[in-house]
Amino acid sequence: MTILLEGAPLAPPKREALRRTIADLFSSPFNAIVTVIVAGLIAAGLWAFLRWAILDAAWSGGAEACRAHSGACWPFVRANAQLMVFGVYPQDLLWRPALSLALMAGLIVASMIPRFWSLSLALGWVAVPAAVCLLLSGALVGPRVSTNEWGGLPLTLLVWMIAFAGAFVVATPLALARRSDMGGLRTAAVAVIELVRGVPMLVALYVSRFIVPMTAPGVEVNLFVSVETALILFVASYLAEIIRAGLQALPRGQAEAAAALGLGYWRTMQLVLLPQALRAVIPALVNLGIGVLLSTPLVAVIGMTDFLSAVREAASHEQDWPGCFTTAYFVAGLAFFSICFVASRYSRWLERHIRADGHA
Amino acid sequence: MTDASALPPPAGETRLAALARWWGPHPLAQAIGLAAAAAALALLASNVLTSMARVGMEPSLDYLTQPANFDISESLIVYRAGDSYARAILVGLLNTLKLAISGCALATILGVSLGLLRSAGNPLLARLVDAYVEVARNTPLVLQLFFWIALTRTLPPVRQALEPLPHAYLSVRGVYLPWLTVEGGAIWPALAFLALLAWGVHRVRRRLGRPLSLTEWGLAAAAAILVPAGWIAADGVRFAASLPQLKGFNIVGGVSLTPEFAAMLVGLSVYYAATIAEIVRSGLQSVTRGQWEAGRALGLRRTRILQLVVLPQAMRVITPLMTSTWLDLTKDTTLGVLIGFTEVTAVIKTSANNTGNAVETILVLVVVFLAISLPVSAAINAYNRRLARRGLVTS
Repeated sequence: MTILLEGAPLAPPKREALRRTIADLFSSPFNAIVTVIVAGLIAAGLWAFLRWAILDAAWSGGAEACRAHSGACWPFVRANAQLMVFGVYPQDLLWRPALSLALMAGLIVASMIPRFWSLSLALGWVAVPAAVCLLLSGALVGPRVSTNEWGGLPLTLLVWMIAFAGAFVVATPLALARRSDMGGLRTAAVAVIELVRGVPMLVALYVSRFIVPMTAPGVEVNLFVSVETALILFVASYLAEIIRAGLQALPRGQAEAAAALGLGYWRTMQLVLLPQALRAVIPALVNLGIGVLLSTPLVAVIGMTDFLSAVREAASHEQDWPGCFTTAYFVAGLAFFSICFVASRYSRWLERHIRADGHA
Repeated sequence: MTDASALPPPAGETRLAALARWWGPHPLAQAIGLAAAAAALALLASNVLTSMARVGMEPSLDYLTQPANFDISESLIVYRAGDSYARAILVGLLNTLKLAISGCALATILGVSLGLLRSAGNPLLARLVDAYVEVARNTPLVLQLFFWIALTRTLPPVRQALEPLPHAYLSVRGVYLPWLTVEGGAIWPALAFLALLAWGVHRVRRRLGRPLSLTEWGLAAAAAILVPAGWIAADGVRFAASLPQLKGFNIVGGVSLTPEFAAMLVGLSVYYAATIAEIVRSGLQSVTRGQWEAGRALGLRRTRILQLVVLPQAMRVITPLMTSTWLDLTKDTTLGVLIGFTEVTAVIKTSANNTGNAVETILVLVVVFLAISLPVSAAINAYNRRLARRGLVTS
């Protein structure tokens, strides 16, 4: 363990920092005016939000209460919570999606702790999605539930998890092929990556919906399976470019040192280059993860009831709950925002943590 | 693993030897592997044909000339139900391009302003921009679009249209804005002259290898003002502001945007402005403090340092990121299908449902997007390679 003095700037004492910030806010007459105007805007915005969310909001009662209040309609959220979170999954079997949600959340939290990073965690990323699929479909216990009835937050997380984990399996060989000195292989990898990246995700989903099932005549290809196939390939084409950037950023000496130790190509990649490359691109990986999660609502266009479309479904009862769409979308936005905000803060922490450990 | 392209080619190499060097090691294994992949693809393609034959369909693009029996709510060219599918798809494509171009322009203006405000030195303003960026980028674009379209549904009817700015109307039927019309002559020669002049100035600067002096800029500016003005006077071009006005049950004049287009435009601009603000910020931050200090040591003013030292270096970071952001925005115009904006995906989806030719219609869609995105990403790669060759960035 080395002690890093440079590169870790010493923070000034709290009072000093506060004094400096205040000085910056009023450094010139113009700046002072800007500060006052911005402070006014922020205060007005916060006050409007406070009135909407608390003061003018309906807190109890039913649709009538919401009609009487101009703010948020919280009873709507209570009445539709089950639909919003679990979609149209059969009422009496709700323990299954609830357990799935807990399993996936547990895995994600465990993956965020660097001490737990190991082979068994990687196996967890295979085992948990598989277990969730079995659980939701009811293949092991109880009545079968068709994938068309899966929905809500568990579906969103499951779609995301399989797409992201599967993409790693596809993207690593793609990135290596693109970096390879074999011309034919390299060209094939470039073609796959550029062609898939060239189409919007929505178009990739249409391909999965209409063309993928036709590649196996006589076999009933499940919608969920074909969607995941397309998503894995789609995410992998972006992931491969990130991994390639990580490999490219490594100094040539690393590969030469491995060669001097007598390691072959695969051992060099596995033991020396890939671990360092992946560590170097963690921020980009987290960004991609966030991007994929924020894009999962697109699966709604081919008829899957993910979290956002379940919320939209709930909000579509316009005549029962007038003006409830603001509340519904606010809740959905808050859910996505909390997950992604935590993830991006985590990525910054992880970057610092790894640098402090002296790995990169 | 070793970067073969970094080494100079051996002198006197034959073309075949060059090809063999490019093909690299394990030539036979590579050839077999690629042939196997090609065979697998061919098998999948023949499976698709078999599946189509089972439901009694043959792959053909004949449907493109057949009449499309659906209406399209907004169109830049004349289109009626009954025109050919090809024309319907063209209408959708033009709508996509209209949205993409106006969205890129609006998002860039908004995003660059936000990025500059973020770096303007007021901590409170910077925090406010940060909060905007976090909220816009950490919620799904689809959700934001749902919100904007739902918002347009709550606007008042035309008779009670809101007028947030003078001569700009918001109603449930759409957005009405003032527009500039050109009458009595052609404006394009003046625009062409301006483009030519900009190109010429760029070339002269290149040739001289130094920034232009004030006199030279003055000359260019005089040409840029006088020549178009002279043309406009000579050709009898008249500009007229067309203002939207409430007449009876309708608003006439100006330019009108459908609610769907307005929601898409606002949604895409708000979302991508946040991305662009981040790009501008990271571009400015990529220029180290020492560059500013060196400029100051040379006695340059703040604006000159920005113009001569900081921006040229920041642009190296900004240009490729900005281009790929515009490309992403163009791809995301497809989300219009979710809120009822008839862009190319929506038209193709309807066509696929009506004709049953799902495979061919979707392949048309794939080709359309590849035709847009492959050239752009090739240009980005070429730009990055050029910088890498000059040793300015590590590729």
